[in-house]
Amino acid sequence: MTAATQEERTDTAPSTPSPALSKAGRWARRAPLLPALIFLIVVTQLPFIGTLIVSFMDWNAYYPNDRGFAGFGNFVTVLTDVNARKAIFVTVVLTTTVVLTSLLLGLGIALLLDRKFRGRGVVRTLMITPFLVVPVAAALLWKHALYNPEYGLFNGMLTMIFGDNAPQPDWITNNPLIAIGAAIVWQWTPFMMLILLAGLQSRPLDVVEAARIDGASPWQIFTHMTLPHLRPYLELSGLLGAIYVVQNFDHVFTITSGGLGTANLPYYIYQTFYTALDYGRASAAGVVVVLGTIIIATFALRTVLSLFQEESR
Amino acid sequence: MSTMTRARKPAAPSEVKKPRSGIFLTLLAWFIGLAFVLPVVWMVLTSFHSEEDAASNPPAIVAPLSLDGFKSFFDSNPWPPLLNSMTASVVSTILVLILALPAAYALSIKPVEKWSDVMFFFLSTKFLPIVAGVLPIYLIAQNLHMLDNIGFLIILYTGMNLPIAVWMLRSFLAEVPVEMLEAAQVDGASVTRTLREIVAPVIMPGIAAAALICFIFSWNELLLARVLTSTTAQTAPVFLTGFVTSQGLFLAKVCAASLVVSLPVLAAGFAAQDKLVQGLSMGAVR
Amino acid sequence: MVVMPVSAALLLSGCAGWGGGVGGGGSNTINVLMVNNPQMVDLQKLAPEFTKETGIKVNFTVLPENDLRDKASQEFSSQAGQYDVATLSNFEIPIYAKSGWVAPMNAFTKRDKEFDQGDILEPMRKALSVDGEVYGQPFYGESSFMMYRKDVFAAKGVTMPKNPTWTQVADIAKKVDRAERGMRSICLRGQPGWGQLFAPLTTVVNTFGGTWFDKEWNAKVDDKGFTDATKFYVDLTRKHGPAGAPQAGFTECLNNMTQGNVAMWYDATSAAGSLEAASSPVKGKIGYVPAPVMKTDSSGWLFAWAWAIEQASPKKSQAWKFVSWASSKKYENLVGEELGWSKVPSGKRTSTYANPRYLKEAGAFSAATRKAIESADPNNPGVQPRPAPGIQFVTIPEFPSLGTQLSQEISSAIAGRKTVDEALGLGQDLAKDVAKPYQEREGK
Repeated sequence: MTAATQEERTDTAPSTPSPALSKAGRWARRAPLLPALIFLIVVTQLPFIGTLIVSFMDWNAYYPNDRGFAGFGNFVTVLTDVNARKAIFVTVVLTTTVVLTSLLLGLGIALLLDRKFRGRGVVRTLMITPFLVVPVAAALLWKHALYNPEYGLFNGMLTMIFGDNAPQPDWITNNPLIAIGAAIVWQWTPFMMLILLAGLQSRPLDVVEAARIDGASPWQIFTHMTLPHLRPYLELSGLLGAIYVVQNFDHVFTITSGGLGTANLPYYIYQTFYTALDYGRASAAGVVVVLGTIIIATFALRTVLSLFQEESR
Repeated sequence: MSTMTRARKPAAPSEVKKPRSGIFLTLLAWFIGLAFVLPVVWMVLTSFHSEEDAASNPPAIVAPLSLDGFKSFFDSNPWPPLLNSMTASVVSTILVLILALPAAYALSIKPVEKWSDVMFFFLSTKFLPIVAGVLPIYLIAQNLHMLDNIGFLIILYTGMNLPIAVWMLRSFLAEVPVEMLEAAQVDGASVTRTLREIVAPVIMPGIAAAALICFIFSWNELLLARVLTSTTAQTAPVFLTGFVTSQGLFLAKVCAASLVVSLPVLAAGFAAQDKLVQGLSMGAVR
Repeated sequence: MVVMPVSAALLLSGCAGWGGGVGGGGSNTINVLMVNNPQMVDLQKLAPEFTKETGIKVNFTVLPENDLRDKASQEFSSQAGQYDVATLSNFEIPIYAKSGWVAPMNAFTKRDKEFDQGDILEPMRKALSVDGEVYGQPFYGESSFMMYRKDVFAAKGVTMPKNPTWTQVADIAKKVDRAERGMRSICLRGQPGWGQLFAPLTTVVNTFGGTWFDKEWNAKVDDKGFTDATKFYVDLTRKHGPAGAPQAGFTECLNNMTQGNVAMWYDATSAAGSLEAASSPVKGKIGYVPAPVMKTDSSGWLFAWAWAIEQASPKKSQAWKFVSWASSKKYENLVGEELGWSKVPSGKRTSTYANPRYLKEAGAFSAATRKAIESADPNNPGVQPRPAPGIQFVTIPEFPSLGTQLSQEISSAIAGRKTVDEALGLGQDLAKDVAKPYQEREGK
């Protein structure tokens, strides 16, 4: 952890202030931050402390009289539970593939839309539409209107093209994770594309123009100028995408109800809460997830990503 | 679709047209745009069909239009949930902005010490899976008699979106030319005038984009709404899931309901796309 | 720092304007949580009649089955008092009754002569009682039976025996496969969920001589009976089932049967009402025989959606008025007159099966339905004594989690991604974990 880089912003206050004054000045600086900070601590950390406490308890709502202290029992159960391990694996696979696919697709489409062509505005509007459909509606749409083997659009199109003997694959059953992933990619690609498009449009064009005049090939310009410029945007969209996809619940719940080996961590926790009413174990699983994501995120943010390594601009 | 992932030559907007590849790229862009919108078009079309036509194979593209799906949606009194969603999304978005703007100011224009750690903390709250906090939140709501209460949902949505808004707004405020602020201060310009003339033009797109994103995420939220609301505070997405029956055909109904529930977000998103692109540029990061 | 208190005050004052709080509505309004099956949706349409009679307003929340179970378990276990009445099944009601989450009803039924508790079918009343105290009133009840296309069988020269065995059904499945273009032999549920896939599968397990647990709470999931039954079920579905079998639940099978995609369907007796509805293309073409058997005499399940009153409800007498109205003979007649006799919530009262107008409409399946319900015995559904009641489930709180997890494995087996042995090996471990605390308590 590097010490946070202080921005070189000179105070307008007179130099060599008395310690008391500078303390007051520090608090004056902090004041606008406090409402948001306090609000957020109350709304997010309190429930998490509650989860932490419950995770050390034997607490199943069906047996209210057997409540007690469990020590690390719930954590042992979670970490040795086959289904929990599978859920961890599914979460990792789903998140990485969905985020990477959406990023690459988003980048390609952003590059396409960065050109001037007839109907560019219309195509952009078409592209962002999926992002504006309510996720649970999108999940319902994919499950029932597109994937359904009997009357879904995909098999319907196959019938239209190949006639009566067309193959009628059972999309969800054959590739459950891909089916869920595709539906999420469809919703997140537009969002990634928007961020990357914003990045492309903030490029200093005169520099690109100068490079072109100097005889740089488009490929060189892309690798040496565009990509480095886009790096923070790629990281930002990847990070936001990962945050939301890790937590994806609507699609897994709607499309497969966690079946066919698609139960991810949020679904596993949900199931432990609501079908087993095993509050202790569900909370322990929640704590494990939080710790895991914080560790991974800290590592990513502090080492790999440039977002937090901003020097003074 | 896999050809998509191959990096393509970027063409800067102002270049001289190379006609052939240009036409190809234009067609490709159109093709991809249409492919992405196709499921939504299908949703709209299906919502105007009868249940029998909606479940036919090959798909009934030119089936007679029917309003049955919409009729059964509007017969089931969708207004309270829609109004609840609207209230929750609008009010929580306003609250987010009220809290996020000063915070973003304290993280950029007059940054507190260790501001990037604070930023990291803000973002780290987004790593808490909502599902892991649902039980304590439910118990808290029960003890405060706040179950089935839109106000409680608004507080949660505000907390849910605050980090993202702070992030977006901070990057815009960081673009405000500090020298000009100082100069204005020296000239004795009033605070409101400074805000209006120097700060506002820079951060308006950021505010618009942040507001839109917060609105969308609140409108879409399902898990918390499902767990914490019952009769009076039910939101539109929860209401929507009620249309899937375990018996009988429901496709046209569900498509009609999905369309209506998504309309506010679609309208806001289409109207504000330019703002969204500007806003997501994060004040051009640096 | 001014922002916080101001916005908080705004919020708090605003909340008052948005209603909310627990037990919304006045003393003459009740909140009802129900599953969104067609019978409940019909009830929602007819509820103004109830309000006209009693002056009690009803707020409904309707949810799909899975969502309803989640919501109900949370609501009743925390006794939040947001709902006065909910549709629960004969699986939840005994468990909730033992936990003291649902209100006893004997006092109400004694006073309410018009309700006529004695008219409720015996297996239903038993399944909704604990130690002689009734905790739920059935809205409609069902067992399971075999439905088949008489016209297709006739065209193929195949006959369905009066009391088929599963071996005979498998033979028939070979003969009628692809009898018509795009038609497969049989639809059996493959959708994960303890109440989806495991409802029919557990009845097959029972009649093959298997069980989840023996009397001493020893897990028996990888035993011969359970394994044979599961292999049979998975094989039959893989060989002769329709597309999408691993995701097929009641709805998907109903669609398959209605659209002519399958020739046979083993499922709930309540499906017959939809198959024989006026708009159904297969109306009049379906034959009904009892659930196929192997080592037992009958194997139909027993299930009811029933009204239960939450213990925390401050409006129990208004709630009872609603329950009494919704489960009454009068309501059945109201549905018959207003919406058609095929839509009557049946399978719960003796009097329904003596009603000539109902029999005229439901003649094709009413006798088979009643017989199936009356031959169901939740206390002795298999070939060995059981530690807890239940035919297509084990009435213990852990069963939903156990059944759902194992159903996901078996759904994968139907999809061909796992073997049955792998799935049941895991199932045995899960079942052992469930059984351990029970054995410890027994041992005390």
